[in-house]
Amino acid sequence: MRSSESYLQIVGRRFRRNRLAVSGSVIILLLFALALLAPVLSRYDPAVIDVNNILSAPSWEHWMGTDESGRDVMSRMIYGARISMLVGFVAVGIATFIGILFGAVAGYYGGRIDAVIMRFVDIMLCFPTFFLILAVIAILEPGLMNIMIVIGVTGWMGVARLVRAEFLSLKEQEYVQAARAFGSSDLRIIFRHLLPNAMAPVLVSATFGIAGAILTESALSFFGLGVQPPTPSWGNILGSGYKYIDFAHWLSVFPGLAILITALGYNLLGEGLRDALDPRLEGSQ
Amino acid sequence: MLAYLAKRLVMMVPMLIGITIITFVVIHLAPGSPVDAITEMNPKASAEARENLKRIYGLDKPLHVQYVDWVRRLAVMDLGTSFTDGRQVLRKILDALPITILINVLSMFLILMVSVPIGIISATKQYSLFDKATTVFVFVGFAMPTFWLALLLMIFFGVYLGWLPISGLQSMHADQLSFWGLFWDRAQHLILPIFVSSFGGLAGYSRYMRSSMLEVVRQDYIRTARAKGLSENRVIYKHALRNALMSTITILGLAIPGLIGGSAIFEQIFAIPGMGKLFLESTWSRDFPVVMGILVIGALLTLIGNMIADIGYALVDPRIRVEGGE
Repeated sequence: MRSSESYLQIVGRRFRRNRLAVSGSVIILLLFALALLAPVLSRYDPAVIDVNNILSAPSWEHWMGTDESGRDVMSRMIYGARISMLVGFVAVGIATFIGILFGAVAGYYGGRIDAVIMRFVDIMLCFPTFFLILAVIAILEPGLMNIMIVIGVTGWMGVARLVRAEFLSLKEQEYVQAARAFGSSDLRIIFRHLLPNAMAPVLVSATFGIAGAILTESALSFFGLGVQPPTPSWGNILGSGYKYIDFAHWLSVFPGLAILITALGYNLLGEGLRDALDPRLEGSQ
Repeated sequence: MLAYLAKRLVMMVPMLIGITIITFVVIHLAPGSPVDAITEMNPKASAEARENLKRIYGLDKPLHVQYVDWVRRLAVMDLGTSFTDGRQVLRKILDALPITILINVLSMFLILMVSVPIGIISATKQYSLFDKATTVFVFVGFAMPTFWLALLLMIFFGVYLGWLPISGLQSMHADQLSFWGLFWDRAQHLILPIFVSSFGGLAGYSRYMRSSMLEVVRQDYIRTARAKGLSENRVIYKHALRNALMSTITILGLAIPGLIGGSAIFEQIFAIPGMGKLFLESTWSRDFPVVMGILVIGALLTLIGNMIADIGYALVDPRIRVEGGE
């Protein structure tokens, strides 16, 4: 117990020393605060239409201007943060769960089971992911719930490969053989002994995955195949606002910037986590 | 080498079967009968189209029979006809494919030409100003929403500066242009799309090239090369670069699905009549024969691309073909 504690302390210390990692976490914590406190922070109801105030430029009343229905863009942006945070976590949660399941089974049992699962991974990787997502969305109807599930179900292959590789090397180690000699069940060995030691790279890849999921959601919503109006998401604000880019650039600039900064935050955090969790990799990546 | 090639070809068979199964499953995800789900959401689908769909998927038969029938048609490239205009799906795809392939190949070329030198300089001058600047570029590249980048460039270069055309493949007066005039006109139309489609890849490959260079220069044979007094240039560009390039080339194959998928975004924004735009529009209008056709063909292209990358890798690295590789 003591040694695991000190490992975490080491990780924490290395993480805090890493400027990129700290700035990434600050960005993400701020975004979470924004998402949680949306009703408190936004000065207007994001859904209220004001026909006297259509497409007005940023001002003291409307810091980010208003949209084509006269809705306050800043309030919509703040509520949009909820969507991005939610989609990132749920989609990556699903992907990570499936990936761990397949990767653990393949790596632990090896042989024919491993071969079948890994071929399945290869086949899934042949599909242009964005096309696969679009096709499934077209069949299932666009919507928040569906895109989270679809992004998750089409994004687990990397995790599966990672977990499998970790398991293949870990299962040969003496402590695992000892556990097996004591008569531990397969499930116990997988979940108690192997998985915790394989989690570091999974955590890192999940962090990068969140950035990817947020980018995918925004592209889907931009094209009208993601989060449906009137629910505001950064992607659909941009999608309905870019037509007015000539004279109402604020509808295109702010949402895009928000997506960029959010994805950047998660990528910085992932990079920092990788350096902190695995001292060997520092500088080389 | 021949044995390796044969082995790779045989391994493609289960992959092909897998691709068709997944595509088949995707169309059957629709709750209830696929035909009802499809036609109910598509007012353009007439009774004739419904019959057409039933014929293609043979929906009155058991699932495994349906699958076999579908694959049999696929084998002779019968992808059915489009809901929206009744044209052969294969024809529509073949019309849209060349421009998408052209843009992707040019993007891949641009990515390699730019990211390899960037990676080398970043690695050999680690922590220099150049290295730090490219690191910032890499992070921005990874986090950039492509559709937003495309919009910004379109507004800046197309509308604000007026330097580049913002949509389509050629100008209105293109048929009056000379050969070179037309070439230049087309090139101008392709600059922004190619830049947008390469952007993420540029970041990724610069980073990848940098880390594989950093890894290679730590190897013993580099120390040996230095110890025997070779010039630093010779060590880097002759001994290190070759080995670092090898791993970079293998992951080029992995980039294909990303490039094809990304084409939906920039083709739509720049109004380029390629496969990505066709796919996106088909999902909007729920033109399922086209959607399924592109899904299968996109996966096939990736499979072939991976195969070429693997063979290329086996050609440059004898270890792969001797051990049979993974």
